[in-house]
Amino acid sequence: MRQLLQGNYAVAEAVRLSRVQVVAAYPITPQTPIYERLSDMELEGKLTGVMMRTESEHSAMAACVAASLTGVRTFTATASQGLALMHEMLHFASGNRVPIVMCNVNRVIAVPWAFGSDQSDSLSQRDTGWLQLYCEDAQEALDTVIQAYRIAEQALFPVMVAIDGFFTSHFMEPIEIPDQQTVDAYLPPFSIPTRFNIEDPAFISSVVSPEQYMGYRERSFADMEKTRPIIREANREYQEIVGRGYGVVEPVDTDDADIVLVTSGAMTSTARVAIASLRAKGHKAGLLKIKAFRPFPTEEVQEALKNVSKVAVLDRNISLGKEGIFCHELKSALYPLPRRPMVSGYIAGICGADVSPEMIEDMVLETLKRDKPTDLPTWVRRETWLQQKQQ
Amino acid sequence: MAPAETAITEKEYMRSGHMGCPGCGLASTIRLVMKVLGEKTIVVMIPSCVGPISGNYPNSVFEVPCFHSAFEIAAPTAAGIANALKVQGRDDIIPVAFAGDGGTFDIGLQSLSGAADRNDNFLYICLDNEAYMNTGIQSSSSTPQDVWTMTTPGGREGKKKKFMQIIAAHRMPYAATASFGHPHDLMAKVKRAKEVKGTRFIHTLTPCPTGWRMPEDISARAAMLAVETKLFPLYEIIDGTEYRITHQPQGLPVSEYTKIQGRYRHFTEEHIARLQKEVDYEWAQLVARTKGIC
Repeated sequence: MRQLLQGNYAVAEAVRLSRVQVVAAYPITPQTPIYERLSDMELEGKLTGVMMRTESEHSAMAACVAASLTGVRTFTATASQGLALMHEMLHFASGNRVPIVMCNVNRVIAVPWAFGSDQSDSLSQRDTGWLQLYCEDAQEALDTVIQAYRIAEQALFPVMVAIDGFFTSHFMEPIEIPDQQTVDAYLPPFSIPTRFNIEDPAFISSVVSPEQYMGYRERSFADMEKTRPIIREANREYQEIVGRGYGVVEPVDTDDADIVLVTSGAMTSTARVAIASLRAKGHKAGLLKIKAFRPFPTEEVQEALKNVSKVAVLDRNISLGKEGIFCHELKSALYPLPRRPMVSGYIAGICGADVSPEMIEDMVLETLKRDKPTDLPTWVRRETWLQQKQQ
Repeated sequence: MAPAETAITEKEYMRSGHMGCPGCGLASTIRLVMKVLGEKTIVVMIPSCVGPISGNYPNSVFEVPCFHSAFEIAAPTAAGIANALKVQGRDDIIPVAFAGDGGTFDIGLQSLSGAADRNDNFLYICLDNEAYMNTGIQSSSSTPQDVWTMTTPGGREGKKKKFMQIIAAHRMPYAATASFGHPHDLMAKVKRAKEVKGTRFIHTLTPCPTGWRMPEDISARAAMLAVETKLFPLYEIIDGTEYRITHQPQGLPVSEYTKIQGRYRHFTEEHIARLQKEVDYEWAQLVARTKGIC
């Protein structure tokens, strides 16, 4: 069924279709419509599960961890400050190996106080042991949430699905909603056994020795590596059953490219326009969209960029004291290559600031002209970009 | 004579060999609570003295499933389990959260309030030893005024939080105070709490020989004296409004309680007089509440 929906509602549809049993949530802009829509669904009897209206995001995640350990499928959604408040619980979820799926609607972190889209909230949670999947649009958000349950429950890791605040969360798009039968065929009922078995009691997350702790971390690391084929297979089967799919990366026109622009999230759509325009002007430009941030798709990135001489990375986030975080991770992934491309980082669209296809074209052209790499990112703001254009 | 309904049964749900200090009031309290709750129980514990009592991997002191959750989330953890059990149709299993005074009065207050507001279906047992004892005797908002701790070496300035009034304000279906110095009263309350649906709260005073600076063989006596001096009266609150005193205290002078504890060693007659005055006032307030006067 095709419906005109905002991204938040598309996510809520995915939660309904995934037959989630416990939803624990707390309002925060721009995620709130997910929570509201799920509440409507509960009232309408469309939600199979129980809603927990918690007093904080921290408690929402605490409840999801506990419910998941008890053996039910769980969901929560948050953004920005809410995700930051959850930080402790994110480690707790992955350490307990619970297959929670969470939608994080990317929004800046205060201060200054603001609301626009920015990946710094979720990227700050890089090392919490969650899988992170970034979506370009609302359709991908819906499809990714459903896939995330398959991945999470097979890998026994929590999965964060990130969508851009407002651009994806609030813009209306025509969305293809799969029917329940199709989703049921793809996503089996939750079958992770309860960790609280009255007949066979166990002590969950007790205190361990340094040797045991390190051994646990080593196994967790190995298990995270094993999620790579699980993600690929979950996507392949989704494509087969539902008819849509997304790789952990999506290369566009990279085979013959002299320069490749690397993006993630909603800005990818703008970048597609820019790359098409550059191609039309005779430039051999390509695009690489990165969907999976954790685990980082090192092999796929290497494969797509091994023959490229120049790469520009567009980041809607910033790590003070270093650079854009996708750029940083990408450089690290390229390091083992015998011939590495020259990588230039661009910071744009922070807090949802305007990024036009023309601005992106200029970034690519500037990278083409460069002959020396720089470790510092170039900041591209519309205001200064326009001033430079006028000169 | 112990009432038959709270006869202390032989069956244990807490194994011997816990790693708490000798004379630990928490351990004795948990043992009695578990005897009443029985096998269909899921224990949630958080960083507190329940940690060492529970044992390190691969040991467990509990005969039932147990989850070592995080410090400030005893209530939402138990609530999450309760809602999952509801979905699974397992209303016969009771989640119980054991948390210390720090995890309840301080860092866990917000999340307890949220769970109580939703009236999620679990039992919360606050094991109050009046300071952060697991980290080595630091003051909490449950530490009484003027009492010595490692972080209030000159005596605590603030007064002990009147926590049961906060609980009453949440209108929980069942709330009570209890003491292992009065084990039958404690067990009767756990039994009543077990039969009620919704968020239930029992505040237990659990003497700590290590932190209270007293011999390890007088914990039960200290617990009993706290009740008999009216310092820690035993009562129930139904729906946040109906108060019932469950044990008439002897009304011993508070000095009977303070003089056996090193943490009160520096108390002068003035200190004692002030404490006695407060205890008498609070008792009068409690009696008034049982009559619906305030």
